[in-house]
Amino acid sequence: MIEISHLSKRYGPLTAVDDLSFTVQAGEVLGFLGPNGAGKSTTMKMITGFLAPTSGSVRVCGHDVESAPLAAKSCMGYLPEGAPLYAEMSVRAFLEFIADVRGLEGERRRARLDDVVARLGLQSVLEQVIETLSKGYKRRVGLAQALLHDPQVLILDEPTDGLDPNQKHEVRELISAMSKDKIIVISTHILEEVEAVCSRAIIIAQGRILADDTPKALARRAPSGKLEDAFRQITLHGGAKLKEAVNA
Amino acid sequence: MRNTLVLFRREFASYFATPLALVFIVIFLAFAGLFTFFLGGFYERGQADLQPFFNYHPWLYLFLMPALSMRLWAEERKSGTIELLMTLPITPWQAVIGKYLAAWAVAGLALVLTFPTWITVNYLGDPDNGAILAAYIGSFLVAGGLLAIGACFSAATRNQVIAFIVTVVACFLFLLSGFSLVLNAFQGWAPQPVIDAVASLSFLTHFAAIAKGVIDIRDLLYFATVIAVWLAATAIVLDLKKAD
Repeated sequence: MIEISHLSKRYGPLTAVDDLSFTVQAGEVLGFLGPNGAGKSTTMKMITGFLAPTSGSVRVCGHDVESAPLAAKSCMGYLPEGAPLYAEMSVRAFLEFIADVRGLEGERRRARLDDVVARLGLQSVLEQVIETLSKGYKRRVGLAQALLHDPQVLILDEPTDGLDPNQKHEVRELISAMSKDKIIVISTHILEEVEAVCSRAIIIAQGRILADDTPKALARRAPSGKLEDAFRQITLHGGAKLKEAVNA
Repeated sequence: MRNTLVLFRREFASYFATPLALVFIVIFLAFAGLFTFFLGGFYERGQADLQPFFNYHPWLYLFLMPALSMRLWAEERKSGTIELLMTLPITPWQAVIGKYLAAWAVAGLALVLTFPTWITVNYLGDPDNGAILAAYIGSFLVAGGLLAIGACFSAATRNQVIAFIVTVVACFLFLLSGFSLVLNAFQGWAPQPVIDAVASLSFLTHFAAIAKGVIDIRDLLYFATVIAVWLAATAIVLDLKKAD
């Protein structure tokens, strides 16, 4: 379970995340939507303990991310935006390194490594240096790294960004297959993706929650019944309303 | 401890995954030899010791150690892997120490590879091998101190060139703080205890003391303190500037 209460992040006068509160239960796939600069990545960075919040708190699997960072980080897998990887390492060496840090040993280690390599189709590039991989493969290595310790909570920041349609489809299948007993939070711009994999969608803009509902219910808010129209209606309209509220 | 070792191994291997470690070691060995035999007049002195060899180490380190340390954190920032690293279940201290030790180990390896010089002097004469060992330890400690300074400046920027230049300047001041060039800036206005304190910060004076063959606990303590303080500063800088 992820519990976020009154989470805020300010950079000087700029408020990136403004008093965010929500909880995510096991079995939910939460799509985090919003225009660029809405605070999606910043929120994810705070959930995973990379950034310290200005105020508020995040609890993951019952552990406070700030006061018990190691326990919280142990039960999370994280794919940061852009899937950064150690470019000079081979795929195998990189995954072995992650397995070392995650404390995987013996039989379970082998089984987990085999599992992610098979799931993400990395067998053919295992000995290749990450630098030389295509964008799609890099993204897959990033996902493999996040899945390696079979975490209860998965935080994926734009997991399908830069992938071709086939790869996007594969990643969505992967997310759906894992979603049963896990908590998965993904951020994305691609609305069809939300409809395909998410059981719940939160739309944020300017650091605030504008809508929190199932993708179907959100789509119904637009006269056309399309999620895309609903998104535009909510973010453009809601954004304007927010501005009015701030100015008043 | 286990995590520190894991991070150390990754970092050490990554030095050798690129030509960096190799270039570093070759240049270090070439210049160490050049300085010893030409500038230092190893043969002309007619003495069976390695003083001309060790005398130039701090000056060689002044440019080589910043080259080794500049990538430690700046590269993690530039490539974004710092986000990956800091969201793994490790403490910031484990990361700071593991990465730092890897750089220090590369420097130590370069130092060990100068052993032919040691064999030469033993072949030619009958040197005081105890003093030579002490000087090796002293040289290794100077390298460690400079790398700790470099780690801190590398953590402060995502640009390796800036990390390099600022580190060279800082290392230069630390090396020379016992000399009139730096002390003159304090003379006349600072009280004597301050001047003494600044003078006692010099890497060179402490290195010279050890290189004579006397390993004084105070000199060891000095280097241990310098390294600890700069690594603590590294951890603080990382914590303050995580986002950019």
